Amino acid sequence: MNIAAKKLFKSVNVLVFKSSKNGLHVTKVAPSTVQMTVRDALNSAIDEELARDQKVILIGEEVAKYDGAYKVSKGLFAKYGETRVIDTPISEMGFTGIAVGAAMAGLKPVCEFMTFNFSMQAIDQVVNSAAKTYYMSAGQVSVPIVFRGPNGSALGVAAQHSQCFAAWYSHVPGLKVVSPYSSEDAKGLLKAAIRDPNPVVCLENEIMYGVSFPMSQEALSSDYVIPIGKAKIERPGKHITLIGHSRAVQFCLEAAAEMEKMGVECEVLNLRTLRPLDEEAIINSIKKTNHLVTVEQGWPQYGVGAEIIAKIMESEAFNYLDAPIYRVSGADVPLAYAKSLESNSLPTAQNVIKSIKKSLNIN
Amino acid sequence: MNKSLKNLILNSDKFGQLLAIRPLSVSAKQNTTISYTIDKSYDLHRLEQGPSLEVSCNKEEALDFYRKMQYIRRLETTSGNLYKDKQIRGFCHLYSGQEAVCVGMKAALDQNDSVITAYRAHGWTYIMGVSLLGVLAELTGRRTGCAKGKGGSMHMYTKNFYGGNGIVGAQIPLGAGIALKHKYMNEPNVCVALYGDGAANQGQVFEAYNMAKLWNLPVIFVCENNGYAMGTSVNRGSASADFYTRGDFVPGMRVDGMDVLGVREATRFARDFALTNGPILLEMVTYRYSGHSMSDPGTSYRNREEVQEVRQKRDPITTFSKRITEAGLVTPEELKEIDNGVRAEMQEVERRALTDPELDVQELYNDVYYQPEPGFKVRGCDNFTYEVSK
Repeated sequence: MNIAAKKLFKSVNVLVFKSSKNGLHVTKVAPSTVQMTVRDALNSAIDEELARDQKVILIGEEVAKYDGAYKVSKGLFAKYGETRVIDTPISEMGFTGIAVGAAMAGLKPVCEFMTFNFSMQAIDQVVNSAAKTYYMSAGQVSVPIVFRGPNGSALGVAAQHSQCFAAWYSHVPGLKVVSPYSSEDAKGLLKAAIRDPNPVVCLENEIMYGVSFPMSQEALSSDYVIPIGKAKIERPGKHITLIGHSRAVQFCLEAAAEMEKMGVECEVLNLRTLRPLDEEAIINSIKKTNHLVTVEQGWPQYGVGAEIIAKIMESEAFNYLDAPIYRVSGADVPLAYAKSLESNSLPTAQNVIKSIKKSLNIN
Repeated sequence: MNKSLKNLILNSDKFGQLLAIRPLSVSAKQNTTISYTIDKSYDLHRLEQGPSLEVSCNKEEALDFYRKMQYIRRLETTSGNLYKDKQIRGFCHLYSGQEAVCVGMKAALDQNDSVITAYRAHGWTYIMGVSLLGVLAELTGRRTGCAKGKGGSMHMYTKNFYGGNGIVGAQIPLGAGIALKHKYMNEPNVCVALYGDGAANQGQVFEAYNMAKLWNLPVIFVCENNGYAMGTSVNRGSASADFYTRGDFVPGMRVDGMDVLGVREATRFARDFALTNGPILLEMVTYRYSGHSMSDPGTSYRNREEVQEVRQKRDPITTFSKRITEAGLVTPEELKEIDNGVRAEMQEVERRALTDPELDVQELYNDVYYQPEPGFKVRGCDNFTYEVSK
């Protein structure tokens, strides 16, 4: 994508964020709670970790003087300078390899992909160099690195810029994969990722960047980290479990709010981490509700929902199911540009509600 | 092979003159050193001055270089034989013919300098400090291998040695990244990033040149030009076979990779240059005697005569032994003694590489993650096999 298109891309979405904030927050907000956008939460995570550990560097296209293509790294170049916040040329394979090499030698790079679509140019370095070296070297060479950037579909950017890589990276042993939904998620998971001595992929969502969430006092602390591998119950319920990650958690919460009017209590599980998957949380929730709908924005085949269902089939949770599990996902097509086609290719709360009703046999 | 390159490697006027020892200039002062002047400077690219034309070594060094080259030659001969006996599995790329590159380069490096190379890694692994058993037992998949048998031929590691990379060209950005770490930490060290004439055409190599130069990273890019990318000779794969110039804005130098002293001298120069000025590219003109891998007899794209000619005229070990014996620096008996020692030691190494045990099967679940959560389990091949991973 050229730079002009990237700017447009961003400004369009800022407008969308402003008009789509309502109804996102289900957590009760104490009066003193601070609101923070996901973008600012990510920024504070990187800022705090740069301050905490001299070995942390930020590297990628436009991360420094431009303040980040999506302004996630705003102000960090001014604060930390060019040795620690490093602009690269448009060379994904090269700069990813350089970041991985620096990690092998002992630095802790945060490697930004302007979007994860471009990480395809570099996936060899992520999979073959970062994920496998610790194993191949029988524990002699570790690779403490974070690959991060916006993932999944934005709005109006067509097929090449609208793909979810959750399934791709979650497939790979040796990688950890986190997928934050809220501002607390974003800050706590990214800080945990930077501190983790393994390669961690942090799949952010561009549409969520401008969305504000409440931040607890705890989450504002520079010591706030969220354990990798633990899901979060965003909303407890007893009739059906809805499992989502990233922006799909929003659809789950919207559907839960709607179903509440009909007396259905949905339990919404925010995965937070895709690898390692919190199987215990999934199984416990199913034992409680006996029904499940999985929700993701990526394609259905071999996706996150497919994996969750397979895990359930192989666990004791299978015996607790009272109905088939249904998946809500992106349509099984490359994403179209035209608005009506696009909006019908991406899941909404309506798809979730339809699936809940089917599962619970509600007409 | 490109005819001009072939001539260059064999005995063309160019390299013949370049490296011919002028008999009158050879001196063996009290039989303790050998020194000679190279007739003509190295081929230079964007360098006003190259390395010293004087090369020399003392007796101790000569014996050391000879011994190390012989160890590597013998190691590879043994590896080839064990492969044919089906004791070594999968990939196995032999370094025979290229020994002077790693031995000469290592002799000019600081102990804290880093190295990363491609899949033809056995010689470099040994020279970076892994024992002969560490290499050979890795090849036979035993727990005494340097990666406990988890890596195999292409994935060997030790302190300051980052592999062994099986993806052609991927090690070059990695090497630039290791150099970035040296610079970032203000360490007085370089990273040597090696690749072949085949990988020289990978796009990411050029990306690495660019960023290394932009950021003045202390990296020595080394193209070990052995004439063939698998079966594709340099002129069939490279629009320009002047690999030392292909970094464009990265200064470069063509070196006879068959002359261990010339390699050392060039590396000394390159190391000093890289620490002050940023990246430099060395093209080491060398030759591999074996096929690309063990499945390649190496005869469909070149003829046996070509291989024999290199063996006779430019072999890095025999040319070096000839130099040091003719100059009176060492005696043939001293070299013979080394040969016998190498042979005896390799026999014992081979015995152990064939009899040492493989890792416990349980170990297959370990080393997936560094410091996993206590009790973290990894799935085996069915749903009834989950093992705790360490």
